[in-house]
Amino acid sequence: MILQVKNLVKQYKHHDGLINALDDISIDVKRGSFVTVTGPSGSGKSTLLLSLFGLIRPTSGTIFFNNRIITGATDLELANIRQEHVGFILQNFALIPYLTTVQNVMIPLALKKVDGDEQLERATEVLKFVGLANRINHLPRELSTGQQQRVAIARALVHNPSVILADEPTGNLDPALSLEILDFLSKINQTKGITVILVTHSPVAAEYGNYKIHLRDGRLAG
Amino acid sequence: MNVFKIVWLELLNRKSQFISGILSITLGIAVIVAIQSISTVSRENVARKLDNLGANILVLPQGASIDDYYTSDIDAPTIPGEYVERILNSTLKGVDNMSPKLTRRVKVGENTIVLTGILPKSEIASKPLWQGIGLIGTEVKTACAPAAPQESLKYLDERLQRKVVDTLQKNECLLGYQAAKRLNLKEKETLSVLNTELTVVRILPETGTVDDDRVFAHLTTVQAMTGIPDQISAIEIMGCCHAISEGLLSKLRNILPDTRITTINQIVSTQIETNRLMNKVSLVFLIIIFFVGSVSMGNFMWANVNERRKEIGILRMMGASKKIIYQLFIYKSIVLGVVGGIAGFVLGTLAGVFLGPFLADMAVRPVYLYLLWSLLLSVIIGIAGAVIPASMAAKIDPHTNLQEA
Repeated sequence: MILQVKNLVKQYKHHDGLINALDDISIDVKRGSFVTVTGPSGSGKSTLLLSLFGLIRPTSGTIFFNNRIITGATDLELANIRQEHVGFILQNFALIPYLTTVQNVMIPLALKKVDGDEQLERATEVLKFVGLANRINHLPRELSTGQQQRVAIARALVHNPSVILADEPTGNLDPALSLEILDFLSKINQTKGITVILVTHSPVAAEYGNYKIHLRDGRLAG
Repeated sequence: MNVFKIVWLELLNRKSQFISGILSITLGIAVIVAIQSISTVSRENVARKLDNLGANILVLPQGASIDDYYTSDIDAPTIPGEYVERILNSTLKGVDNMSPKLTRRVKVGENTIVLTGILPKSEIASKPLWQGIGLIGTEVKTACAPAAPQESLKYLDERLQRKVVDTLQKNECLLGYQAAKRLNLKEKETLSVLNTELTVVRILPETGTVDDDRVFAHLTTVQAMTGIPDQISAIEIMGCCHAISEGLLSKLRNILPDTRITTINQIVSTQIETNRLMNKVSLVFLIIIFFVGSVSMGNFMWANVNERRKEIGILRMMGASKKIIYQLFIYKSIVLGVVGGIAGFVLGTLAGVFLGPFLADMAVRPVYLYLLWSLLLSVIIGIAGAVIPASMAAKIDPHTNLQEA
């Protein structure tokens, strides 16, 4: 197992009392699997995704990553784990607007203090892989939405992560582009053996998963 | 790509923000550089003018008063001439020139004159009024004030006049303006005094001082004429005002314990007060600029942090630690400080150079040392303003901003 979640609870304070965003979630994720997390809005999908590597601190429960408990890790330890092992893809691409395509893709390597020439080489290579070799010096605003999402994918891949967390990556794309991105994620999962955890509303996207999780009101529903 | 490059690219991409970010620092530094440039030149001008008033320290025999020195009574006490060498050998800092002299009131016919024995070169160095009218070659340079630019006074025979004073012979004398009138003597005529014949080589221009009533001859001549060899009435010293305020007088008293050492208070206190005032004004401006600059920078950085919450979330998502987020904003403040400091120095120097002649009636020149101080001050202002916003940025909860991204 690459990831094990045991009895995960996340509560938020509200003026009506405590709200359980996640309520006793336990899942096991096999290395190299393609996990889809579905459920209605407010069911806790994104909360679960962001809790896995410390972007949201759970209220209770335990998360094992590579058989190591990471729920009690410090902020710096969790940052290092994300830096080394995790790639994120978000619905709105989360590109930094004043950096070019290649510079955006180089950021994860820069955070790992990889040498400048190697950063450029690896970023260029991965941009070729996602079909954007001729757009490396474009700013995000000069790219189409599909191209921006491919830049986000390249950025998630560039440091050879073991897990990619994708939160509604096709939410802003038309159906054709959505399929293109989903196919791409599937290809990454199959060819590179990277574990993909995909949060989605879309039944079509959910079909890509070989392990499907459905949430309702913060609980596992199937 | 590294954190510093991210900072730089962000600044270049948002040029108008960049300019507004450095504006407060630039203007603050410009104000202080302009004030400092003008006040430095002003301080030097005051020092130069005060130095031109002549000696500011008198070494008198113990028990002698300044009145004794000016009235030059026949029995006024004296001190050994060797005291001059004692000061020279002490290597005291701040003694710019010494002019030992022996003064005696003597009768010439019906007239009473003050016969003054001088060492010509030393005397001239301490008589800027003489220098100003072309009697000598080089104006004395003091540690207090740099010498004013030399201007030829267009004397037809300037070199000759210098030679006359510098090479005053033992049988020659200089007559003060009033003394020459009272004695009815002209240049090249002979003055007979205390059984000695002295040729008048120069009648000094009117200075409006006690020198107008004096007859100047070589010190050794006057010592021989008055029968008090190796003795002097006083040593006039041009002391650097900074050195005086830092204890030059007490050091002199240690070297010459059996003398009375006094300052011409007006000159020294004017210089010291001027320096104090300038320093106070600069300090007040420095404090104001530091606070205004820091608060302004803090506001700017705080707005920048809020504007970049999503970006902070993205970086945290990719594994940036809180420390890196903190560095991102501190580095930015350093860049703004450096650029703002350089721009402020250039602007302030230009303002000083162009406004100095109108505001202070003096030519202001660039003081390049202020570039270093400008950079230091502007970087400190930048960092001081950015510390709190950078800490807040590092504490921003990434997930709320990521979901907006």
